[in-house]
Amino acid sequence: MNFEHVDGKDKGKITLYALSTCIWCKETKDLLSDLGAKYDYAYVDLLKGNDREVAIEQVKHYNPSCSFPTLIIGDKCIVGYKEKEIKEALKV
Amino acid sequence: MNEQEMPNDAEVINFIERLEKEARQGGYDLNQNKEFTRGLAKGLLINERRYGYLSCPCRLAVNEREKDLDIICPCYYRDPDLAEYGACYCALYVSRDIARGQKELSPVPERRIPFEKRTKLDLTGADISGSIKLSVPVWRCLVCGYLCGRDTPPELCPICKASKDRFERFL
Repeated sequence: MNFEHVDGKDKGKITLYALSTCIWCKETKDLLSDLGAKYDYAYVDLLKGNDREVAIEQVKHYNPSCSFPTLIIGDKCIVGYKEKEIKEALKV
Repeated sequence: MNEQEMPNDAEVINFIERLEKEARQGGYDLNQNKEFTRGLAKGLLINERRYGYLSCPCRLAVNEREKDLDIICPCYYRDPDLAEYGACYCALYVSRDIARGQKELSPVPERRIPFEKRTKLDLTGADISGSIKLSVPVWRCLVCGYLCGRDTPPELCPICKASKDRFERFL
Protein backbone atom coordinates (compact mmCIF):
# COMPACT_ATOMS: atom_id res chain seq x y z
CA MET A 1 0.00 0.00 0.00
CA ASN A 2 1.05 3.57 -0.65
CA PHE A 3 1.50 6.21 2.00
CA GLU A 4 1.20 9.94 1.51
CA HIS A 5 4.50 11.59 2.17
CA VAL A 6 5.04 14.86 4.07
CA ASP A 7 8.49 16.37 3.70
CA GLY A 8 10.50 17.76 6.55
CA LYS A 9 13.51 17.08 8.74
CA ASP A 10 14.56 13.45 9.06
CA LYS A 11 13.75 12.42 12.64
CA GLY A 12 13.73 8.70 11.93
CA LYS A 13 10.94 6.66 10.45
CA ILE A 14 7.53 8.08 11.33
CA THR A 15 4.31 6.47 10.13
CA LEU A 16 0.85 7.75 10.98
CA TYR A 17 -2.32 5.72 10.50
CA ALA A 18 -5.21 8.17 10.55
CA LEU A 19 -8.85 8.74 9.59
CA SER A 20 -9.72 11.61 7.26
CA THR A 21 -12.71 12.60 9.44
CA CYS A 22 -10.94 12.41 12.81
CA ILE A 23 -10.10 15.63 14.61
CA TRP A 24 -7.48 13.98 16.87
CA CYS A 25 -5.75 12.59 13.79
CA LYS A 26 -5.69 16.11 12.37
CA GLU A 27 -4.18 17.44 15.61
CA THR A 28 -1.49 14.77 15.37
CA LYS A 29 -0.72 15.64 11.74
CA ASP A 30 -0.57 19.33 12.58
CA LEU A 31 1.79 18.66 15.49
CA LEU A 32 4.15 16.60 13.31
CA SER A 33 4.11 19.35 10.69
CA ASP A 34 4.67 22.06 13.33
CA LEU A 35 7.66 20.09 14.59
CA GLY A 36 8.95 20.00 11.02
CA ALA A 37 9.25 16.23 10.91
CA LYS A 38 9.25 14.14 7.76
CA TYR A 39 6.54 11.49 7.93
CA ASP A 40 4.29 9.13 6.02
CA TYR A 41 0.59 8.83 6.63
CA ALA A 42 -2.43 6.92 5.38
CA TYR A 43 -6.12 7.74 5.75
CA VAL A 44 -7.34 4.23 6.44
CA ASP A 45 -11.04 5.16 5.99
CA LEU A 46 -10.34 6.21 2.41
CA LEU A 47 -8.47 3.03 1.44
CA LYS A 48 -10.30 0.32 -0.44
CA GLY A 49 -9.97 -3.43 -0.93
CA ASN A 50 -6.63 -5.02 -0.26
CA ASP A 51 -4.90 -1.76 0.72
CA ARG A 52 -7.44 -1.24 3.47
CA GLU A 53 -7.02 -4.78 4.81
CA VAL A 54 -3.23 -4.47 4.77
CA ALA A 55 -3.41 -1.13 6.62
CA ILE A 56 -5.81 -2.51 9.26
CA GLU A 57 -3.50 -5.49 9.84
CA GLN A 58 -0.55 -3.13 10.24
CA VAL A 59 -2.44 -1.00 12.78
CA LYS A 60 -3.59 -4.08 14.73
CA HIS A 61 -0.03 -5.33 14.89
CA TYR A 62 0.89 -2.27 16.98
CA ASN A 63 -2.50 -1.47 18.47
CA PRO A 64 -4.93 -4.41 18.77
CA SER A 65 -7.92 -2.11 19.38
CA CYS A 66 -7.32 -0.62 15.89
CA SER A 67 -8.05 2.92 17.03
CA PHE A 68 -6.81 6.15 15.48
CA PRO A 69 -4.50 7.96 15.36
CA THR A 70 -1.90 5.21 15.64
CA LEU A 71 1.53 6.75 15.30
CA ILE A 72 4.71 4.71 14.88
CA ILE A 73 7.97 6.52 15.68
CA GLY A 74 10.88 4.13 15.18
CA ASP A 75 9.75 1.09 17.15
CA LYS A 76 7.53 3.06 19.51
CA CYS A 77 3.77 3.13 19.07
CA ILE A 78 1.68 6.06 20.35
CA VAL A 79 -2.09 5.62 20.32
CA GLY A 80 -4.22 8.75 20.44
CA TYR A 81 -3.14 12.38 20.34
CA LYS A 82 -0.59 12.53 23.14
CA GLU A 83 1.39 15.68 22.56
CA LYS A 84 3.93 15.11 25.34
CA GLU A 85 4.68 11.53 24.34
CA ILE A 86 5.03 12.48 20.70
CA LYS A 87 7.47 15.28 21.53
CA GLU A 88 9.46 12.97 23.80
CA ALA A 89 9.67 10.30 21.12
CA LEU A 90 10.91 12.94 18.67
CA LYS A 91 13.31 14.29 21.31
CA VAL A 92 11.88 17.81 21.02
CA MET B 1 -12.19 12.72 -0.87
CA ASN B 2 -14.75 13.46 -3.56
CA GLU B 3 -16.72 16.70 -3.61
CA GLN B 4 -20.06 15.06 -2.93
CA GLU B 5 -18.87 13.97 0.48
CA MET B 6 -18.01 17.49 1.55
CA PRO B 7 -20.78 19.25 3.46
CA ASN B 8 -20.91 23.02 3.00
CA ASP B 9 -20.58 25.55 5.83
CA ALA B 10 -24.33 26.17 6.11
CA GLU B 11 -25.03 22.45 6.54
CA VAL B 12 -22.38 22.18 9.24
CA ILE B 13 -23.75 25.21 11.11
CA ASN B 14 -27.32 23.88 10.95
CA PHE B 15 -26.19 20.50 12.16
CA ILE B 16 -24.31 22.00 15.12
CA GLU B 17 -27.43 23.96 16.07
CA ARG B 18 -29.41 20.73 16.07
CA LEU B 19 -26.75 18.95 18.13
CA GLU B 20 -26.66 21.83 20.61
CA LYS B 21 -30.43 21.84 21.02
CA GLU B 22 -30.59 18.07 21.53
CA ALA B 23 -27.67 18.16 23.94
CA ARG B 24 -29.31 20.89 26.01
CA GLN B 25 -32.62 19.02 26.11
CA GLY B 26 -30.88 15.85 27.27
CA GLY B 27 -28.72 17.61 29.87
CA TYR B 28 -25.48 17.20 27.88
CA ASP B 29 -22.82 19.73 26.92
CA LEU B 30 -21.07 20.01 23.58
CA ASN B 31 -17.39 20.85 23.39
CA GLN B 32 -17.17 24.64 23.57
CA ASN B 33 -14.10 24.80 21.35
CA LYS B 34 -15.96 25.97 18.24
CA GLU B 35 -13.33 25.02 15.71
CA PHE B 36 -13.02 21.57 17.22
CA THR B 37 -16.78 20.99 17.32
CA ARG B 38 -17.09 22.23 13.74
CA GLY B 39 -14.46 19.68 12.66
CA LEU B 40 -16.30 16.87 14.41
CA ALA B 41 -19.68 17.92 13.03
CA LYS B 42 -18.22 18.01 9.52
CA GLY B 43 -16.73 14.53 10.01
CA LEU B 44 -20.11 13.23 11.16
CA LEU B 45 -21.87 14.65 8.09
CA ILE B 46 -19.23 13.17 5.79
CA ASN B 47 -19.80 9.80 7.42
CA GLU B 48 -23.57 10.15 7.10
CA ARG B 49 -23.12 10.62 3.35
CA ARG B 50 -20.63 7.84 3.09
CA TYR B 51 -22.36 5.19 5.19
CA GLY B 52 -25.95 6.40 5.61
CA TYR B 53 -25.60 6.95 9.34
CA LEU B 54 -23.74 9.31 11.67
CA SER B 55 -20.78 7.09 12.44
CA CYS B 56 -18.22 8.43 14.92
CA PRO B 57 -15.66 10.52 12.97
CA CYS B 58 -12.84 9.22 15.17
CA ARG B 59 -13.50 5.54 14.62
CA LEU B 60 -13.18 3.31 11.58
CA ALA B 61 -16.63 2.25 10.35
CA VAL B 62 -17.04 -1.02 8.47
CA ASN B 63 -19.98 0.34 6.47
CA GLU B 64 -22.47 -2.24 7.80
CA ARG B 65 -25.05 -0.63 10.03
CA GLU B 66 -25.38 -3.67 12.27
CA LYS B 67 -21.64 -3.78 12.99
CA ASP B 68 -21.38 0.00 13.43
CA LEU B 69 -24.55 0.42 15.53
CA ASP B 70 -22.56 1.03 18.71
CA ILE B 71 -20.51 3.89 17.20
CA ILE B 72 -23.37 5.86 15.66
CA CYS B 73 -23.31 9.25 17.39
CA PRO B 74 -24.20 9.47 20.24
CA CYS B 75 -22.40 6.18 20.74
CA TYR B 76 -22.98 3.52 23.39
CA TYR B 77 -19.76 4.62 25.09
CA ARG B 78 -20.57 8.31 25.51
CA ASP B 79 -22.10 8.09 28.98
CA PRO B 80 -19.46 5.83 30.59
CA ASP B 81 -16.67 7.92 29.00
CA LEU B 82 -18.25 11.17 30.21
CA ALA B 83 -18.49 9.72 33.71
CA GLU B 84 -14.93 8.41 33.74
CA TYR B 85 -12.99 10.90 31.59
CA GLY B 86 -15.22 13.96 31.32
CA ALA B 87 -15.52 13.60 27.56
CA CYS B 88 -16.73 11.11 24.99
CA TYR B 89 -14.13 9.38 22.81
CA CYS B 90 -14.07 12.05 20.09
CA ALA B 91 -14.76 14.83 22.65
CA LEU B 92 -17.88 16.18 20.93
CA TYR B 93 -19.62 15.77 24.29
CA VAL B 94 -17.88 16.96 27.42
CA SER B 95 -18.69 17.14 31.12
CA ARG B 96 -20.03 20.39 32.55
CA ASP B 97 -16.68 21.08 34.28
CA ILE B 98 -14.85 20.87 30.98
CA ALA B 99 -17.55 22.84 29.11
CA ARG B 100 -17.14 25.64 31.66
CA GLY B 101 -13.37 25.55 31.34
CA GLN B 102 -12.89 24.44 34.96
CA LYS B 103 -11.12 21.27 33.92
CA GLU B 104 -8.73 20.36 31.11
CA LEU B 105 -9.71 17.97 28.35
CA SER B 106 -7.48 14.90 28.22
CA PRO B 107 -7.35 12.02 25.71
CA VAL B 108 -9.99 9.32 26.18
CA PRO B 109 -8.80 5.75 25.62
CA GLU B 110 -10.87 3.47 23.37
CA ARG B 111 -13.19 1.27 25.46
CA ARG B 112 -14.91 -0.33 22.49
CA ILE B 113 -14.21 -4.03 22.14
CA PRO B 114 -13.36 -4.93 18.50
CA PHE B 115 -16.36 -6.58 16.82
CA GLU B 116 -14.69 -9.95 16.37
CA LYS B 117 -13.81 -10.12 20.08
CA ARG B 118 -17.27 -9.27 21.41
CA THR B 119 -19.31 -11.95 23.09
CA LYS B 120 -23.06 -12.12 23.36
CA LEU B 121 -22.92 -10.80 26.92
CA ASP B 122 -21.05 -7.66 25.84
CA LEU B 123 -23.83 -6.87 23.41
CA THR B 124 -26.94 -7.77 25.32
CA GLY B 125 -27.01 -7.95 29.17
CA ALA B 126 -27.26 -11.05 31.32
CA ASP B 127 -29.94 -13.59 30.47
CA ILE B 128 -32.29 -14.06 33.39
CA SER B 129 -35.35 -14.85 31.32
CA GLY B 130 -37.15 -17.85 32.74
CA SER B 131 -36.47 -16.85 36.31
CA ILE B 132 -39.10 -14.10 36.36
CA LYS B 133 -42.49 -13.69 34.72
CA LEU B 134 -43.31 -10.37 33.03
CA SER B 135 -46.48 -9.38 31.17
CA VAL B 136 -44.36 -7.59 28.54
CA PRO B 137 -40.61 -7.53 27.83
CA VAL B 138 -38.45 -4.64 29.05
CA TRP B 139 -36.37 -2.84 26.39
CA ARG B 140 -33.27 -0.78 27.13
CA CYS B 141 -31.91 2.04 25.00
CA LEU B 142 -28.22 1.24 24.51
CA VAL B 143 -27.37 4.94 24.16
CA CYS B 144 -28.99 6.47 27.23
CA GLY B 145 -30.32 3.57 29.31
CA TYR B 146 -34.03 4.45 28.98
CA LEU B 147 -36.18 1.46 29.93
CA CYS B 148 -39.69 0.68 28.77
CA GLY B 149 -42.03 -2.26 29.14
CA ARG B 150 -43.91 -2.97 25.89
CA ASP B 151 -44.12 -5.60 23.17
CA THR B 152 -41.55 -3.92 20.91
CA PRO B 153 -39.08 -1.06 21.42
CA PRO B 154 -40.27 2.43 20.35
CA GLU B 155 -39.35 3.69 16.85
CA LEU B 156 -37.23 6.39 18.50
CA CYS B 157 -36.03 6.64 22.07
CA PRO B 158 -38.18 9.39 23.65
CA ILE B 159 -35.17 10.55 25.66
CA CYS B 160 -32.20 10.54 23.27
CA LYS B 161 -33.82 9.83 19.86
CA ALA B 162 -31.80 6.66 19.27
CA SER B 163 -33.44 4.44 16.62
CA LYS B 164 -35.35 1.21 17.34
CA ASP B 165 -32.46 -1.03 16.30
CA ARG B 166 -30.32 0.44 19.11
CA PHE B 167 -32.47 -1.10 21.84
CA GLU B 168 -31.72 -4.38 23.53
CA ARG B 169 -34.12 -6.70 25.28
CA PHE B 170 -33.24 -6.07 28.92
CA LEU B 171 -35.71 -8.36 30.67
